[in-house]
Order: sequence, then structure tokens, then C-alpha cells
Amino acid sequence: MTIMIDTGNYIAAKAAVMARPAVVPAYPITPQTTLVEGIANYVKTGEFKGEYICVESEHSAMCACIGASAAGVRTFTGTSSHGLLLMHEMLHWAALARLPIVMCNINRTVGPGWNIWPDENDSISQRDTGWIQFYCSSNQEIFDTVIQAFKLAENEKVLLPVMINYNAFILSHTSMPVEIPKQKEIDDFLSKYKPRWKLDVDNPITFGNIILPADYEKIRKDMQNSSENAKKLIPEIAKEWKKIFGRYHGDLIEKYRCDGAEYILLAMGAIGAESKVAIDNLRKEGLKVGLARVRTFRPFPKEEILKLGKQADLIVIDRNISVGSEGALFSEVKAALYDKSDAKVYGFIAGLGGKDVPYTDIEKICKKSINGKAKDCEWYNLEGV
Amino acid sequence: MVEIKTAEELNKKYLREGMWPTIFCNGCGIGVVLEYTLWAIEELGWDMDKVVFASGIGCSSRLPGYINADGLHTTHGRAIAFATGIKAANPDLNVVIFTGDGDCSGIGGNHFIHAARRNIDLTVIMVNNFVYGMTGGQSSPTAPIGSVATTAPYGNIEHPFDICGIAKALGANYVARWPVSHPYQPIKSVKEGLQKKGFSLLEFLAPCPTAYGRRNKLGDIKKLWKWYDDNTILIEDYEKTMNYGNEKEKEEIKNKIQIGVFQDIEKSGFFEEYEKLMMMLQEKKTTGEKK
Repeated sequence: MTIMIDTGNYIAAKAAVMARPAVVPAYPITPQTTLVEGIANYVKTGEFKGEYICVESEHSAMCACIGASAAGVRTFTGTSSHGLLLMHEMLHWAALARLPIVMCNINRTVGPGWNIWPDENDSISQRDTGWIQFYCSSNQEIFDTVIQAFKLAENEKVLLPVMINYNAFILSHTSMPVEIPKQKEIDDFLSKYKPRWKLDVDNPITFGNIILPADYEKIRKDMQNSSENAKKLIPEIAKEWKKIFGRYHGDLIEKYRCDGAEYILLAMGAIGAESKVAIDNLRKEGLKVGLARVRTFRPFPKEEILKLGKQADLIVIDRNISVGSEGALFSEVKAALYDKSDAKVYGFIAGLGGKDVPYTDIEKICKKSINGKAKDCEWYNLEGV
Repeated sequence: MVEIKTAEELNKKYLREGMWPTIFCNGCGIGVVLEYTLWAIEELGWDMDKVVFASGIGCSSRLPGYINADGLHTTHGRAIAFATGIKAANPDLNVVIFTGDGDCSGIGGNHFIHAARRNIDLTVIMVNNFVYGMTGGQSSPTAPIGSVATTAPYGNIEHPFDICGIAKALGANYVARWPVSHPYQPIKSVKEGLQKKGFSLLEFLAPCPTAYGRRNKLGDIKKLWKWYDDNTILIEDYEKTMNYGNEKEKEEIKNKIQIGVFQDIEKSGFFEEYEKLMMMLQEKKTTGEKK
């Protein structure tokens, strides 16, 4: 094991290359660019032995991923914001074709109102594509999740693509020390990808054929079942990883100081990491607050959240807004509790367009909720509106 | 009306000073293209309330933000599609698109092809600097073979697009290419392109010393300008040599980039044909009702 001090993007590149994908198609977009440049650099050093393709758009990048994955090889790519939105059609396609592609998405604001800072509306709006969605809170978690994602996606009980999300700049361009296992250890953890179904001249099959309604419905149900399987597999893979490498970032959610908590804060991504500082401070003041950092938005950790709702009132911070409704996590948390828990749930929208959400603000959000002063869904610290 | 004589006066009249400084690096050619465009508009005496600028993503696509006129800064590669909508909604507007080689010939290539094919009355000003400058220097679809980029560290092996050649083949009404190092012809061409009914393409070879020049031993702006002089040839000279020159002369110019006006024709555009069709059908209907 070595320690590598680098930005989230270069760490993701390192992880991707150590997973030995055969094909990486990519198109540059701020703030993803250094991720794919990192992979390109491993072509130069000889560490990456696969094909690296500079395509002409993100739509083409995902098309190339689909082609490569259908041909039976491990495939990786990265994108962000508008790049992800341009892929939208192909995201559905990849998931319905049950291709275990792994992709990093660097959460960046959607325009117009051009803005390159962090905001989760890009990936939240891909919620229903069938992709498994992770949200990371540190560079170490990015590394570990990329490797784990291949294992999860390629499992025959799952066979769904995985999107690993992390915040623009806060993680993508910030250096942190990260423990990097030996290549041999990664190879042992992640066995070679041997797809049961692939494009093969000796045994021809077709992806994307015409299908009648009754069978189509079965395909959808099978995706749903596989997503439920992923819920069981994610903790198993995390456990195995912990046993081998000694690191653990949580299962579907990461619980932090939830024991005896009367209020539990739920957040995703970098805000989830920042929240730990807030929780420590609030605990020092004697307030019984814990944190549940949601790692997977799809599959949604319904059962775990219901358990939290039976223990405590919940405070949800969303760095996204489903316009016309409310924060996406807030909605889903309430749905998970429906008819089964009396917990109060407070929702906050914070940090849109990259607005900073420091731990001091998170403490205020918690206190406001504890003091019963929070509105149903509040836009925290909104100026001049 | 105050007569504009200097670049300073021109800037004062047409630009939003509040937006300064621009994002452009030292030696960047995009500002020069803007200057040529504004001179052309000034010389034509156009009413800026009748001009709309549209752009996609990239350094050149920042231009509409600096101009004191209506602008639509859209998504990567899609400016021409948005602009088609503007023109359809109000055909009285003069719609000018600022785009780059990556935006126009890469991710947005399909929109470019079909707008040119339909001969839609737009003026596309494509700043070709051979590179995706804003994201840090990836090779673009117009990059010369052998040129170095972050995505082509050992030299580009892909054949570049000849954007003017494509536009000409598609039957665009006006097609011209100039390097920014030529001060007079570009303004004349922009004027012709702006006035032309139907699709006009103005391609400018413009330097990007930061993302392209430095990696290709052309970081010194003088070297980049000289590169344009050494590697371009007027269409007329090219044809003369190819028709009457000896083999050695032909070999020397074979790979040079041709500059000048490639096409200048009058072909009715999509909206004109659409209008005619509407008139015809309506007339039929009215006469039919009378019976």
C-alpha cells in the first residue's frame, strides 16, 4: 500500500486504471477534464493498457461505452453537468441493456446561468435512468467506490451501470492523502470481467431488439429486482473491502454518532463530510444530534431511513431542487417513512450553484429544526428574494 | 450619428464595458475576430436592435456577453439550432453565431451540416484555433495532423475537417476563410456574409498561444502569425499552381490551407421556400373556397 496525495479527479483516474478497464471513451468538460487527462497520462506511462478514445461528444462517449460493454469488456468514463445531461438518452439505454458500465460524474451546476460550481441537480435529474448512484464525501471514498462499483455492477444479480458522484472542485480539484492498495490486491478483489451475455460471432445475440409490452414489463421488473439485490450486495462488498483493506465508508448510508440521537441529519456528498464537524460541535453543546450520510441515492435506502425515523426526527439537506416540488432527498425520505413513523422531517435547500455550506451553517440548520423554527421546506440563507 | 474612426470608439459604441476584462489570454485571436465583425457592422450601419448574437460553449462563445446587443449563450455545439429558432420566430432579425472549431465542427457538427444544407439565413463566424482552449487544450476536429495537444501528446493522427469545403459542398450561399493576420479581407468578407441571404460561413484561423501555441512551439504570437503566412495560400494562387505549376511547385503548396472566398452564390433559403409554399397553399385554399 502507498499513500498518494492528489485531487479527487486524479484519484478517480488511478482507481479506474487499477480496475483495468479495456475501453475508456471520454470527452472533456470542466471540472471533469483532469480525470480523463489523468487516464490519458496512464496510457503514456504504460499503466493503462486499454483503449482510450477521444470522442466528439458525451452522447458519443456513452454510446462507445455501450458498444464496448456489449462486446464484453470492462468500460469506464467520466463526465459532469451538461455532459451528463447530453448522455441522458444513452444512460437509459445502458441500464436497460444491463451493461455494467462505471462512470464518475462530477456534480456541477446546470445552466443557463453558466456556473461550474457544485450542485447535485445534474445527477438527481438522472434518478430514473436505472443507474446505481453513489455520492462520495472524500477522495479515499472515491477511490474505494470506483473499485467496488465494478464488482457491484458486474455481479450477475445486479448487472446495472453505476454512477459515482462527487462535488465539483470541493473534491474534484482538492488534494487529499489516499491509501492506494497494490495492483495485485485490486486484481484479487476484482476478478476478471467475464460476461455471460456479450456480442460474440460464435454465439450471436442482439442487444436492443423490438420487444412486446408483456416482456418489456418483465425487463423493468427485473431491473427493479436487481436494484433490490444491489441493496444487499453493497453492504457485503463494503464488508469485504473493510476486511481486506481496513477501510469502510458505510453501506447505503454512513451513520455518524447516531447512538442515542434524537435528531438525525441526512445529507449527501461533500456536505455529508462537512456535517461531521457540525455534529461534533452540536454534541459538545449537549444536543443529541447524529448524521446519516446517504451514500446511495439509487437504490434508495428506504429500510435504513425508516429505522432512523423510528429513532429520531430527521433533518434533510438537499443540494438540489426538484422545481415544483422540493429537495429530492427530502421527498424520498418522507416517502420512506410514510404511514410507518411519526418522526418530524425538516427539509432544507442549501448550496445551490456552488454556494458554500460551511459546518457553521449546518449547525444553524440543525438548531433551527431542534428549536421547532424550521419551515416545511426551507431555502437556507437565501439572500434578497 | 457620430462617425467611428478608432478601435477605442468602436469598442465604446458596441461593447459592454462592465463586462471587462475579457477572459481572453494574451495573443488570443478571438478579440480580433470580434473587432472585424464590429467594423463590418459599423460600415454596414446596421441597427443593433435588429441583430442577435448566439453562441455555444468555448472561449469564442463568450463573445455575445461582451457585445451590447441581444445574445443567447447556449449549450455546447447547439448554437446553430437555437439560432434557427430565433430566425424562424422573427425573420426580420439578423442572426449571427459565434462559434469555435470544437463547438461547431465537433460536438455541434450535425447542426452545422443541416443548417448549411437547408441554407438557413444565418451568419456563422467560426473561430478556428485548432484546439479546445477553455478546457485546457484538447485536440479539436480541425487540428492539423501532427499537432500536439493534451489528448494528442505525440501528435494528432486524425485527419482534420475542412469546414469551408463541407459548407461549400452543402451549397451554403457564402463561404470564406481568412487568418486573422489579414486585416482588410476579413472585414469585407464579414460584410458580404452578413448581407447575404441564406447560410454564410466565415472561418477565421485565429491563434490560441496558451493552449495550442505553447505545445506546438508557437507560443510566441509572432511565430503563430508567421505560421499562418507560411501555411496558407490564396485560393486563386493555389488553383493557378495546381493548373499550370510544375510538380515541385505543386508539392510545396499541396498541404497548405486555402484562404479566400470559396463560394458566393444566390440560392433561395429555407424560409423563403417555406414562405412561397405557404402562399401557394393559402392561395389554393382561397380560390378553392370561392368555387
